Amino acid sequence: MSIRSQILLAAGSVAAMLALAPAHAQDSIKIGLILPMTGGQASTGKQIDNAVKLYMQQNGDTVAGKKIEVILKDDGAVPDNTKRLAQELIVNEKVNFIAGFGVTPAALAAAPLATQAKIPEVVMAAGTSIITERSPYIVRTSFTLAQSCTIIGDWAAKNGIKKVATLTSDYAPGNDALNFFKQNFTAGGGEIVEEVKVPLQNPDFAPFLQRMKDSKPDAVFVFVPAGQGGNFMKQYAERGLDKAGIKVIGPGDVMDDDLLNGMGDAALGTVTAHLYSAAHPSAANKEFVAAYKKAFGQRPGFMAVGGYDGIRLIYEALKKTGGKTDGDALIAAMKGAKWESPRGPIMIDPETRDIVQNIYIRKVEKVDGELYNVEFATFEAVKDSGKTKK
Amino acid sequence: MTAASDVSSHAIARARWRPAEIAFWILALSCAFLFPSRYLIMTDILRLALFTLSLDLILGYAGIVSLGHAAFFGVGAYSAGLLALHGIINEPVIALVAAGLVAMVLGFLTSFLVIRGVDLTRLMVTLGIALLLEALAERFSNITGGTDGLQGIEMQPILGLFAFDMFGKTGFFYSLIVLFLLFLLARRIVNSPFGLSLRAIKNNPLRASAIGVPVNRRLIAIYTIAAFYAGIAGALFTQTTALASLDVFAFERSADLMLVLVIGGTGYLYGGLIGAVVFKMLQELFQTITPQYWLFWIGLVLVVMVLVGRERIHRWVLWVPNLVIRQLFGRKAVVAVPESDAP
Repeated sequence: MSIRSQILLAAGSVAAMLALAPAHAQDSIKIGLILPMTGGQASTGKQIDNAVKLYMQQNGDTVAGKKIEVILKDDGAVPDNTKRLAQELIVNEKVNFIAGFGVTPAALAAAPLATQAKIPEVVMAAGTSIITERSPYIVRTSFTLAQSCTIIGDWAAKNGIKKVATLTSDYAPGNDALNFFKQNFTAGGGEIVEEVKVPLQNPDFAPFLQRMKDSKPDAVFVFVPAGQGGNFMKQYAERGLDKAGIKVIGPGDVMDDDLLNGMGDAALGTVTAHLYSAAHPSAANKEFVAAYKKAFGQRPGFMAVGGYDGIRLIYEALKKTGGKTDGDALIAAMKGAKWESPRGPIMIDPETRDIVQNIYIRKVEKVDGELYNVEFATFEAVKDSGKTKK
Repeated sequence: MTAASDVSSHAIARARWRPAEIAFWILALSCAFLFPSRYLIMTDILRLALFTLSLDLILGYAGIVSLGHAAFFGVGAYSAGLLALHGIINEPVIALVAAGLVAMVLGFLTSFLVIRGVDLTRLMVTLGIALLLEALAERFSNITGGTDGLQGIEMQPILGLFAFDMFGKTGFFYSLIVLFLLFLLARRIVNSPFGLSLRAIKNNPLRASAIGVPVNRRLIAIYTIAAFYAGIAGALFTQTTALASLDVFAFERSADLMLVLVIGGTGYLYGGLIGAVVFKMLQELFQTITPQYWLFWIGLVLVVMVLVGRERIHRWVLWVPNLVIRQLFGRKAVVAVPESDAP
């Protein structure tokens, strides 16, 4: 066999590699947007990508005289991909921001790079409290699970729910959700009767749900990442938990707006605490929802809002620095930034670089024939209580 | 000439280094200087190449199919990660070998299961072993970090001299050297009488045992060696990325590996290396063009590749170079399509 021919093949491929080497544009500001566009978390990636595009359509792609260029990369929510892509974006494309990050492990994998390169890492989705502590260059525009879980814990204890079974995904955000809920719920006099952790990848909820049904709780507390909620509710109804009078409560991830309408009537009456509902009654939100629906033909979820505010934060910071891209100056500009987002008023906490926002208690109801999370109580300016350094 | 000396002279002729092979490695080394901004993707290719080399050893030479080769990759990756994380072995090279040995032990133990069946059974058994390990890693998340992965791995400098840098330069040269050394070893193995006996087994196990080749022992040996190679590839992954999470065991990793080997061709060692280059370049190309739908395009290319056939693609690729060579050096010098691919 001829090995020479193979080598020529390889040479051809190497030439292809050359062709891929990026061309460097002058005087533009580059944002490396790393999202899961394929695989189980693809819905998160798509929402954020859409929202970023929408914001740039509405507000133009020039800030402080510089052109904004977004480079989208797909990491499939696999942390080693995230790390390699972030590294390549920083080293080869010389990006001024890295942003996105669909899941916590991905955000954590990129943290040391942000520190080393001294560029802001804008987390638009991942929701574990520790993320912002991993690098002084991390800023978050999504949420933390502590924010919504402490509130739903208090609410449940005060509203006649005595016994709760929990079902959470077995990874960092799931554990955060469980711990903060438990802490506040038991402090309020509630009791956890069953605690179940399900694997993050391709979970089958059915056997767990049977166990929950048998333990006869007043409600199940559920945290699964955005995108798995639909599957959960389907199996919840199939196993007859809704008929058994067991309510679903939790942070709003399980009732994500982009899946909610497909869940059917089993979802009616579910009470969750969360940062955003597409039914949020404000002018800013109505405008946002209408524009999003028009552009992409579907309802925006909380991930889309995280992306929308994330890109806005980058714009605001650049306006403040006058287009200067020094990482420390940008982070300083981001600290304390506040505005009226579609979700309500938000601010970047100057101390933790995490988001401060309203948390709403919502109930799933039918509005004009569609299911919506209708807000009925508001907790204003909630900070993340999950930081290890107080 | 007796039959024995004929066989040995043939074997020696096969084992001789060809100019083209030397050119291949010089080319690989020169990539380091040609594309200094692409170390990370090149390191990725090297790791995949080493991993594929491992599969080629069992599939291409001994005919053992496997859909669970990620098991050894993952064990190597977690071993290297845990060794570094807990400071048990700080020196990366020693840790690399240790991680390889752990995978090797696992390979030895599971080889008894694998040699029992034929192709379909083997696919199932290897797949099952990888799934088992993945589930175990998930279950013992206090050791493995579960879905979050091992956090906070910090790699010490190689041999105490070369620190891993952000641009991946050290990682690239480290991987290249490891790949080259292990390639030399693999080359030695497949051209030895042991390697030849493996080919005999692949062609016809019954006949091989009739002429006195201890079939099962040979298969156990090569499977164990391949596990060592895969373990090293996994350890390289952890050491160069400072990460290890559940997806090191993922089925996709094993399946991709099979694809890579199919693209490159089995049974001549370079198949894995070339397949890795082609596969990663395609992936990178399509991901750059369309981050959302790249899977579609890569699937399409693979289908087309198989339909058209590798030998024809080779001929197309070689058409222009051969034209030049023919003009310069005459008809005899042209580069032929590999025999194994000729229709």
